[in-house]
Amino acid sequence: MAVKTFEEQNLILNMGPQHPSTHGVLRLVLELDGETVVSCKPVIGYLHTGFEKMFEQKTYWQGVTYTDRMDYLAPMSNNLGYSLAVEKLLEVEIPPRATVARVVLAELTRLASHLVWLGTQAMDMGAMSVFLYCFRERERILDIFEACSGQRMMTSYIRPGGLAYDLPNGFAEEVKAIVDVMPARIDEYEALLTKNNIWRDRTVGVGVLKLEDAISLGVTGPNLRASGGTLDVRRDFPYCGYEEYDFQVVVGERGDIYERYVVRIREMRESLKIILQGLKRLPGGPHVTTDRKVAFPPRSELATSMEALIHHFKLATEGIRVPAGEVYSVIESPRGELGVYLVADGSAKAYRLHVRAPSFATLQALPLIAKGGLVADLVAMIGSLDPVLGEVDR
Amino acid sequence: MSDQTTVAEQPAAPEKDPVLAQVEERFGEKLLESSVVLDQPTFAVRREDLIALATFLRDTAGLQFVRLSDLCGIDYLDLGKTPRFAVIYHFHSFQLNRWLRVRVPVDEDDAVVPTLTNEWSGANWFEREVYDLFGIEFSGHPDLTRILMPDEWEGHPLRKDFQPPKEPHEWSFNPEEWQKAVQRGS
Repeated sequence: MAVKTFEEQNLILNMGPQHPSTHGVLRLVLELDGETVVSCKPVIGYLHTGFEKMFEQKTYWQGVTYTDRMDYLAPMSNNLGYSLAVEKLLEVEIPPRATVARVVLAELTRLASHLVWLGTQAMDMGAMSVFLYCFRERERILDIFEACSGQRMMTSYIRPGGLAYDLPNGFAEEVKAIVDVMPARIDEYEALLTKNNIWRDRTVGVGVLKLEDAISLGVTGPNLRASGGTLDVRRDFPYCGYEEYDFQVVVGERGDIYERYVVRIREMRESLKIILQGLKRLPGGPHVTTDRKVAFPPRSELATSMEALIHHFKLATEGIRVPAGEVYSVIESPRGELGVYLVADGSAKAYRLHVRAPSFATLQALPLIAKGGLVADLVAMIGSLDPVLGEVDR
Repeated sequence: MSDQTTVAEQPAAPEKDPVLAQVEERFGEKLLESSVVLDQPTFAVRREDLIALATFLRDTAGLQFVRLSDLCGIDYLDLGKTPRFAVIYHFHSFQLNRWLRVRVPVDEDDAVVPTLTNEWSGANWFEREVYDLFGIEFSGHPDLTRILMPDEWEGHPLRKDFQPPKEPHEWSFNPEEWQKAVQRGS
C-alpha cells in the first residue's frame, strides 16, 4: 500500500470523553476529511456503574435509588418506570392520589428535562442566553421536587406502592404558578430561536434521520416522532390513567435538528396541558397503598395493633417480596421508551432487572446522521438527540 | 359478546390469543414454549429458528412486529434451569399495539446465537452489551467487542457466578500483611 500524502490522509480526531458539549462522557472517534465527517464511532462505557448488577443485590426499595442515577435529568420518570414494573408483578392497587400525583410529577420532569435539553443545545451552538432562561424555570421545578422529596435531583420519590411521602402543603398552588407562567416563557425561548436565521441555517436540513432508519435503530421518543413515527407510550400503552387526559402526540416529518426542536417545544406545551388536568383532578386520600405487605402501616397503628407491628418488622427487615414472574413494562420518559424487564423469583430482591434505556438505542443513530456532515454540526446533532450518558452506560 | 349466545351454554374456553394462534400454526413443533404472560405473548425457540421467527413476526400481515424494542440476556444459574442462559427479545407492533417476547435458550458450553443486526441495525449495541456482560456470542455480528466494560476486562459481570477481581496491589488492604508489618515494627 502506497503511503498517503498529508493531503490524501484522513484525520483521526478523538472527541471526548471530557468534551463539554458531548453531554457527559461520550467519546467519539472521528475520521475527518477536511471538515467533513467520514465516519464517527461512539465509544461508551465511561459511566458504567453496574446498576443492573446492583439491582440483584438490593431490595426493591433500595433499587429505587439507583433509577434516579441512570437518567439524572429525569429522575421521577425513572422512578415511575421501575415502580410500575414492580407493581405489575405485585398486582397492587395504587390509590388515586398517588396515581394523579405521579402523572403531574412525570410531566414536570419532562418539562425540566426538555428545558435542560433546550438550554444546552442552544448553548452548544453559541446561544448562551437561552441556557440562562431555561435554567431559571428549571430551578423552580427542582424546588418543587425538593419540597416533595427533600432532593432536587435524586428524588426517589415515586416508589413501589405509591409515593414516599404525601405531597407537601401548597403543592398544587406552586405547580399552578409555574404552569401559568410557562406558556409565556416558552414564547420567549421561541422568540429567541424559532425564526432566528442563524438558528435555522444551522438546524434545518442538518442531521436528518429517516423514519425507516429510526425504527430499525430502535430510536424512540421525540427523536422518532420528529422523523414521523407515531409512537407515544402514554397514548399507545396508557399507564397511570393517561388515557383519561387530553393531549396531543406531537409528530413532525422532516427528521432534522430543527424538527426535533419543534417537536420538543410543542411537547412542553402539551405537558403543561396534562399537568393542569392533573391538578384539577388531584384527589385527597392516602398517598400510598394500604396493602401492608408493600407499604409501612401508619405510625399511629403501631402502638395498638400487633399485626401492624409484625408487618412493620417484616418490611423493615426483609422488604417487599415480589411474586415470581416476569414482565416488560414500558413508559414514555422524556427521552423515549423506557422499558424495564423484571424477572422476580419470589424473594425480596430482583432476580434480573434490565433497563432498556432510550438514550442507549438513540445514540446508535449518531454515526448515521453524522456521516457526510460537518464536524461543526456534530455538536448540534449530539445535542438534538438529547442523550444522557448516565442512562446509556448504566 | 351478544346476550343470546351465552345463556344456556357451557362456559366457552377462553378465546385463543390471535398472535399465539398465528405463530403456533406456522411454527408448531418448533416452539419450545408459547404462552401469554400479562398480555405479552411469549415464545421460546431454538437459536436456529430465531431469524425465521423474527422475520415471520415482522413481515406477516396481521402481526407486523416491526420494531425490536429490547434485547437482553439472563443467567438462570440460581434458578437451576437448563440450559443456563437465555437471550430475550422484545418486539413491538404498531399495528396490533402490542409487545411480544421471544426467548432463546443458550447453552453454557456453546453460547452462540445468530445476530439480528442484518434485520434490525439497532440490535448492534444491545448484542454487544449481552456479549460484554454475559459472554454470549452473536455469530455474524459486525463488531462484537466489549461496549460497557473496559476492553481488557476479564469475565462477564452479570453472570451469577462472577467473582469481582481483586483490587490492584497498591490500593488493597491485606490484614495479615498489615499485622506482619506491625510486628516487624515498620
